[in-house]
Amino acid sequence: MKELRLMKGNEALAEAAIRAGADAYFGYPITPQSEVIEYLMRENPVDRTGMQVLQAESEVAAINMVYGAAGCGKRAMTSSSSPGISLKMEGISYIAGAELPCLIVNVVRAGPGLGTIQPSQSDYFQAVKGGGHGDYKMIVLAPATVQESVDYVKLGFDLAFKYRNPVMILSDGIIGQMMEKVELFEQMPRTTEEPEWATVGKKPGRDSVIVTSLQLQSEEQEKVNLRLQAKYRVIEKNEVRYETYMCDDAEYLFVAFGSCARITRKAMELAREKGYKVGLVRPQTLYPFPEKVINEFGSRMKGILTVEMNAGQMVEDVRLAVNGQCPVKHFGRFGGMIPSPDEILNALEQKIIGG
Amino acid sequence: MARKGDVVIDIEKCKGCEVCLSACPNDVLALSNEVNSKGYHYAVKVNSECIGCANCAIVCPDAVITVYREKK
Amino acid sequence: MSENNIITPENLVYEKTKVMTDRVLHYCPGCGHGTAHRLLADVIDELGIQEDTIGVAPVGCSVLAYYYFDVDMQEAAHGRAPAVATGIKRVLPEKYVFTYQGDGDLAAIGTAETIHACNRGENILIVFINNGIYGMTGGQMAPTTLPGMKSSTSPRGRDVATMGNPLKITELIAELPGTYYVTRQSVHTPGNARKTRRALKKALEYQKLNKGTCFVEIVANCPSGWKMTPVQSNKWMEEHMFPFYPLGDIKVPEK
Repeated sequence: MKELRLMKGNEALAEAAIRAGADAYFGYPITPQSEVIEYLMRENPVDRTGMQVLQAESEVAAINMVYGAAGCGKRAMTSSSSPGISLKMEGISYIAGAELPCLIVNVVRAGPGLGTIQPSQSDYFQAVKGGGHGDYKMIVLAPATVQESVDYVKLGFDLAFKYRNPVMILSDGIIGQMMEKVELFEQMPRTTEEPEWATVGKKPGRDSVIVTSLQLQSEEQEKVNLRLQAKYRVIEKNEVRYETYMCDDAEYLFVAFGSCARITRKAMELAREKGYKVGLVRPQTLYPFPEKVINEFGSRMKGILTVEMNAGQMVEDVRLAVNGQCPVKHFGRFGGMIPSPDEILNALEQKIIGG
Repeated sequence: MARKGDVVIDIEKCKGCEVCLSACPNDVLALSNEVNSKGYHYAVKVNSECIGCANCAIVCPDAVITVYREKK
Repeated sequence: MSENNIITPENLVYEKTKVMTDRVLHYCPGCGHGTAHRLLADVIDELGIQEDTIGVAPVGCSVLAYYYFDVDMQEAAHGRAPAVATGIKRVLPEKYVFTYQGDGDLAAIGTAETIHACNRGENILIVFINNGIYGMTGGQMAPTTLPGMKSSTSPRGRDVATMGNPLKITELIAELPGTYYVTRQSVHTPGNARKTRRALKKALEYQKLNKGTCFVEIVANCPSGWKMTPVQSNKWMEEHMFPFYPLGDIKVPEK
């Protein structure tokens, strides 16, 4: 049965975690995402589903609690914002190396350093290029609405367990803080499965399970790395998600993700009113990146403008995808500033159409 | 009179650390002149005074000593 | 009576527990880690909880502890074992969960995780091996290195004026309301090893009662790091480590 509610992004995401049958949430307060743990503590899901919620002493501890619970085959998650995600990067690398499933939410604020609590997309590189040490990838989902924040919790856990890989929801302060109408999915049961890779207590007749990212022999470590890379190729083949708007007749193309894509969509409409044939591609997965479709568009566009709340990050992936077939430029506001549709239209005219 | 005991030493795993030697109340153990395949002089019995107290085994860092003691 | 008559199954009084695997330990000759491993494995065996125990290995010399304990184990990032153990225990509260950590792991990089897990009273066992040095990386100064003690990063001896004081973290831990049983032991003599065994057994029995964190420090030798023979290192430990880190119970359950 459909359940419609008007909810704040962070709270809707927290409710979705309970409904997705999450076993455990470990977090630490940081603006602009503290409503996630506040909602969970208020809601006390241990009474609803048995889900455990714990406020850790730090982001470092929180991600390692996720490691421990995930290593037991449980649906474990954490959420934070940029400076806190930097602290979690050590643990995320270990989770990727030990091939554990988990969900990490980054409600991005502007940096570097302590930066500002205002929204930003400046953690794109950190999310899609690694962030922590070693060759690894996270699946990165970029919601543009509160609804997607909810849906991606469920999708995120599913993908995490399908690939035994960390999944990040790369949101931002706009989506976390705004209220929208949202359709909540029905309560899912918590899983009772005990995957064979999980430490649940050594059963008679089987070897003990070891959850580790350590390989002392280079030959063995290379084998692990090759296995991870093979998994990433499968993810790149199967899990690309994106939306296109008015691309059929387009001569120019915007590429934007998350909340920025919503503003860019308005800019696209303004551009259309002025007679420019402009389309929009909105990647929903930032890793795997919708490289193929952007490459195809690159072959028939006069120019592409990425619009990002950063100094130019996704633009590098768009350029790699387009591979020189047409000009690719970037327009961004950052430091917590949000671009207006007029600014974006102006940038299109200056950098692409007149450029 | 103390009961008699005996020990069996896994000489291939012994690292010759000598911690068991001083744990033995009856100086039953000493290091061999021979070495094992890793090059360690391993612990050996040098008399038959073992009382099966297991002191050697309980301090052995490599769990190489098995202890027996006759029943009364 | 010939010796052959004594070596019979019914006369067996001590053998390596099946909770330890048959792998050759990678530790240096005479290292207390091996003894500590075996005593903990012995207790797990005696309590019959092999199938219900989940261990967490640290970073340090005992990083490969999971090769030797025949129980399900997770390998934690440096210092994070108490957080990992918290995650495990919160989702599997019926299981016995232990961490096994050295002094660098527990009392330097992992101080926050250690103190907060203990302060929350997580129902876990923390086994803390204190040998006053970073063994695995080659003998650098640890948070527990004694004043004046030489290491590769305190080659003229630990100067507390510039390098700070050794941290008696176990006394600190005992002050926290979340801890239920805190003790400091050693494994270098038969008597001490038997006391440690009893302490580990008590700690796991208390875990069943959900009383809070149990913390067993084992002051241990590091022959290679201290540049001594195993026997010399044990003597040095008695003469230098024990006066600073006195053995015995620090916090025991109220009767």
